Amino acid sequence: MKICRGIARIFLILGLLGAAGCEGAKRPNELHLFIWANYINPEVYQLFEKEFGVKVIEENFDSNETLHSKLRAGVTGYDLITPSDYKVEALIQEGLLAELDLSKIPNFQNISARFKGLYYDPQNRYSIPYLWGTTGIGYHAARLPAPPTSWGDLFEPVRLQAYAQRISMLDDPREAIGAALKYLGYSLNSTNPQELEEAKNLLLTQKPYLARYDSETYDDFLLTGDLYIAHGWSGDFARARAENPEIRYVIPREGGVIWADNLAIPKSSKNKELAERFIDFLLRPEINAKIVNFLRYPSTNDAAKAYILPEILNDPGIYPPDEIVSKLEWLRDLDEANELYERVWTEVKSR
Amino acid sequence: MRSNALGPKLLLPGLLWLLVFVVLPLLIMVSISFARRLPGGLIEWTFTLENYARALDALYLVGPVANSLWLAALTTVGCFVLGYPLAYYIARRPPRWRALLLFLVVLPFLTNFLVRIYAWFILLRPEGWIAALVKPFGVEMALLGSPWGVLIGLVYGYLPFMVLPLYATLEKLDFTLVEAAHDLGATRWQSFWRVIFPLSRPGVIAGAILVFIPVLGEFLAPKLLGGGKVPMIGITIEEQFLGRVQNWPLGAAMAVGLMLLVSLVLVRYFKQLKEARWVS
Repeated sequence: MKICRGIARIFLILGLLGAAGCEGAKRPNELHLFIWANYINPEVYQLFEKEFGVKVIEENFDSNETLHSKLRAGVTGYDLITPSDYKVEALIQEGLLAELDLSKIPNFQNISARFKGLYYDPQNRYSIPYLWGTTGIGYHAARLPAPPTSWGDLFEPVRLQAYAQRISMLDDPREAIGAALKYLGYSLNSTNPQELEEAKNLLLTQKPYLARYDSETYDDFLLTGDLYIAHGWSGDFARARAENPEIRYVIPREGGVIWADNLAIPKSSKNKELAERFIDFLLRPEINAKIVNFLRYPSTNDAAKAYILPEILNDPGIYPPDEIVSKLEWLRDLDEANELYERVWTEVKSR
Repeated sequence: MRSNALGPKLLLPGLLWLLVFVVLPLLIMVSISFARRLPGGLIEWTFTLENYARALDALYLVGPVANSLWLAALTTVGCFVLGYPLAYYIARRPPRWRALLLFLVVLPFLTNFLVRIYAWFILLRPEGWIAALVKPFGVEMALLGSPWGVLIGLVYGYLPFMVLPLYATLEKLDFTLVEAAHDLGATRWQSFWRVIFPLSRPGVIAGAILVFIPVLGEFLAPKLLGGGKVPMIGITIEEQFLGRVQNWPLGAAMAVGLMLLVSLVLVRYFKQLKEARWVS
């Protein structure tokens, strides 16, 4: 018995030493990312690890809300996160982001003027836009009578009949209601109950023609032919298009949603300097281009364009022309008015 | 004597487990249901009944709750219709066969439910195998995104919960009673309906409860197979917690409400069973 206890004690002490050793020695050499899945090219990690002699550890979140609740609940150990536009605003307000030292991130100069000082962080004190994209309509060109050009192609019953039960809409209140608002000529961020009521009726008219509300698998379903046309995010369609050139993407002429994911450092990070170096590394033109060529999301980085594949740069679905970009709108965090959207959405989905 | 003294102590680990993993989370959920949601999804710890008032909105009751009750009832009936003959068949096999057949019934449990629902997803999609089978007959089958697709997934997922308790009672049944019934002039139907079935009631009751209650709160199958077009209260609750709305207090109030509804249904169920003299 005594021997057992002695051995147990030795193990305990060893364990404590081991743990202390890990804390002290390993930590500064590790960079913990908490980002969207498949959002940085694995090759880029290897290059960074080689150059800086550190280890990058990636963990994924599936929604801005998951990221937000984790940080809010006091989960620590993350050095870099990729929140979307509206979420950056909320994270700043709750004091969850560390202030960036832009002098340590000289490659910030590569960011396009259009993406500097966006509404949610006017001085880029906490965040740097990384990749961006749009919400619009993806379709299988060979299966539609004519290529869609307007949100009307998703909302007018006369046109819907041609592809009934082969349509999907994003399963997201802001995106789906936003598309209806845009078709009606209103703002994506409308808080006018009358306008939202009209949007609700439009969505209810559309519902019988839909195959599903779907935010995850619509790109696969376009490829398999189960869907002919889908409301979704530009990057998903761009990747589907890489597999089948018949898959196209269009931003409707009424305009759509623009969004940007950002590089930011949580206040709780114990490795801020390394994180800043990593951000600077990601903003190097060649590195940034590697990511864009892999993910097919447009980058905020102007200098990277020299290294981006021409087929990506010249694809209007990925890098839309200026006259379309000017019609895009950001989804703002509406706070109290979110309740209005939630109510409309529940009504649409419960009938 | 000694084993009696040990008895209560043996309960301790189980009780502790229940306390930490059932009672405590339940208490947290109940307290959140009385809290208030602040902008951005934060929670203010107060005591308010407004979440319950909102959860009782006709919006949720008419669509999701009614649909859940209806689909749970249909699933239970479906599982019973498929499960009873199956359980009966297995119970009448020689013992060594029974073990194998039972193993086959629970075999799907070795795979994650999500993965199995995805398999149905692939079978039921418009260009899937099932649609391809009926296409030559000029039938366009749109099971994915319809209540029927959801029902198929639910019956599939919960069938073992019906089969196992039914088997347990049928297996213990003394089948010489059937011979006795025949000797007394009963037809096969009469001997089943007046002898076997009444004796298997405990299994039917247990199976129905084991299917009906979890299906009432189910969200995975309806979400994936219903494509967001088949409202169920489980989905509505899940969206309050994990969706963009982030209204935990409302979600918690709905969850507590669902629990109360389930208890209510159960009490009524047993009352009816008593009136029908199914249970004593």
